[in-house]
Amino acid sequence: MPLPDFLILFPDFPLLSFFVWILLIVLMLYLARFPAHRAIKLLGCSIRNGMRLISKSILLAEKRLAQRNKEVLLAAGRNAVERLIEREFYRVDAVVKRDLSGYPALQLALSDQVTRIEEDYQRSAELPPPPPTWVNAVEAVAKISSKGDINVSNILQEIHKTIDSQYRNTMEDYRKSMNERHFILRKMVPYWRKLTQKLDEVSKTIAGLKERAGIIDNRMEEYEEIRAKTDKAERILSSSAMTQFFISGLVLLIAIGGAIINFNLIALPMSEMVGGSSYIGQFKTSNVAALVIILVEAAMGLYLMESLRITNLFPVIGLMDDKMRIRMIWITFGILTILAGVESALAFMREGIAADLQALRHSLANGETLEPVNSWIPTAGQMVMGFILPFALTFVAIPLESFVHASRAVAGVVAAAALRGFAFLLRLIGAVAYYASELMIKIYDLFIVPPLWIEKLIQGKDKETEVSPQEEAT
Amino acid sequence: MKKKSIVMIIFLIGALLSGCSDTYSHSRGVYMLLDTSGTYKSELNKANAIINYLLGTLQTGDFLGVARIDTGSFSEQDIIAKAKFDRRPSVSNTQKRIFREKMDQFLSSIKSSPFTDVNGGILQAVEYLNEINPAEKYILIFSDLKEELVKGYVRDFPIQMNGLIVVALNVTKLQSDNIDPREYLDRLDYWKNRVEQGGGKWQVVNDPERLDEIMKG
Repeated sequence: MPLPDFLILFPDFPLLSFFVWILLIVLMLYLARFPAHRAIKLLGCSIRNGMRLISKSILLAEKRLAQRNKEVLLAAGRNAVERLIEREFYRVDAVVKRDLSGYPALQLALSDQVTRIEEDYQRSAELPPPPPTWVNAVEAVAKISSKGDINVSNILQEIHKTIDSQYRNTMEDYRKSMNERHFILRKMVPYWRKLTQKLDEVSKTIAGLKERAGIIDNRMEEYEEIRAKTDKAERILSSSAMTQFFISGLVLLIAIGGAIINFNLIALPMSEMVGGSSYIGQFKTSNVAALVIILVEAAMGLYLMESLRITNLFPVIGLMDDKMRIRMIWITFGILTILAGVESALAFMREGIAADLQALRHSLANGETLEPVNSWIPTAGQMVMGFILPFALTFVAIPLESFVHASRAVAGVVAAAALRGFAFLLRLIGAVAYYASELMIKIYDLFIVPPLWIEKLIQGKDKETEVSPQEEAT
Repeated sequence: MKKKSIVMIIFLIGALLSGCSDTYSHSRGVYMLLDTSGTYKSELNKANAIINYLLGTLQTGDFLGVARIDTGSFSEQDIIAKAKFDRRPSVSNTQKRIFREKMDQFLSSIKSSPFTDVNGGILQAVEYLNEINPAEKYILIFSDLKEELVKGYVRDFPIQMNGLIVVALNVTKLQSDNIDPREYLDRLDYWKNRVEQGGGKWQVVNDPERLDEIMKG
């Protein structure tokens, strides 16, 4: 590449001019070495420090965001656990009301049963009367020796007969009494059974309550962990939020699929109502109308779920007094039913319009009139779908609530990660700039190697001259 | 506070109403001219297929008119059938069926004309389409484009065709074109220049399947 004219110092020797310029530049660079080094270093340092500063403030923001995330997560977790505990208490209350509210009656029934059993037992314990006391006297007389005395013998025989008959009577009484006792004891069996049954019921109720108490204990432990703001609680809640986010997102996608099917079901017949040629912006009015119907259905479903206190997206609805809330349930349910009916009718219309259009297209293409297929199955299927889908869409409120709550936590986590990544990137840029400045200094020195070498030589000589007088002295 | 909420409600209703208005017309207007001159009469059966295609393609709110090119085509009497399809699909389908019947009747009782006034037909089409003013305007000319006017008919003046797409369909080659093809090319050039000078867009479609691409835009 030839030098421009104004740079040629010796017109006859352009190469010499070139070398002179090189020499001058190198000399200039050598003379400006220290200020240039300082400037490059300063640039590198300022970039690094600036980046570090920004990175630090970003990390601070990330820390604040993480703290806010933690608070949001813990607050959401606390609310959820509170609701769970509340629900468990409601269940316990229901059990107590249902089973143990009848406890006084049960106690009365039990004590009645026990009294009856006791009475029966006492009755069953009654023994037959003992043999009469004169038997002892007879026994003493019977010991008298007869020894051929006929009178004595007769008397003894009579006594024997009397005792025999007495024995028989006593035995008969005894058997009778035993029979009665057995009869009473037999009568006690159903009472015992009833008693056992009632005690079993009480036992089951108590076991159920014990189980519930165990669950409440676990929930209370979780609640304590959340209140103590432990890392463990945060970790558990975070992972739970992530799971909720993906699951509810998936369910929402399914619901969107259902809504699209619903939309296709009513968009065509809507054109019969609002016209197929009018547009709102770039969109057909019939399509917008169909979409609005579906959105209104979703909104009604949302209000219904809120009124039923299944979801809690609008606290105002949940806090309404019961009378108003029940009224709202019926109103939203009524609107939903009407809309479902409208959709069903539109689905019926759709079948007719589609068949007519098909017939027209066929006649235009082939010149023949297509006989309509008289099958009620597709029509009925579409009508049923049109009626059911709005109610199915109602349940979207549940995953929507989970998604909204979980997305707060997930968005926070993602934003914190992004901030961390950004801070790292800035630090990296700062470090790269710093080391690049170091490299530039080295490259700068490469251009001025000859003067540096000369400088080194001179410095070496100076040192020698400085050292030699000392050496001489030693 | 109450005032504020009333203003807010009025603003919302206004926004909704303004959002509901049709801000842009999407309708299409198609005017088809059929050459009924003696040399071209035998080609008209092909036109039937194109009209059927148009009936199948055009939507609710679109316009379709079919007129013949005869000795003096600048006349309402030459319109065979015309319809602005209703906004309701069911009514629109009935209109299409009636349209088709009219076309069938015309094609079965067609009489050839001794002269061919293409310019008159185009002028009639332009007038009609400008009156209806759809978003997209098409004039389809089913002809060999050979104009033969009765002595005294004045047609050599410029026609304003701004925003119009003029499509020449099935431009057949005449016996004389075979002897000197330049005649055919000159004829096409003449019509191209005439349309473009009037501000319109000119296209020639000899394959009816390509019409689909042109109509889709």
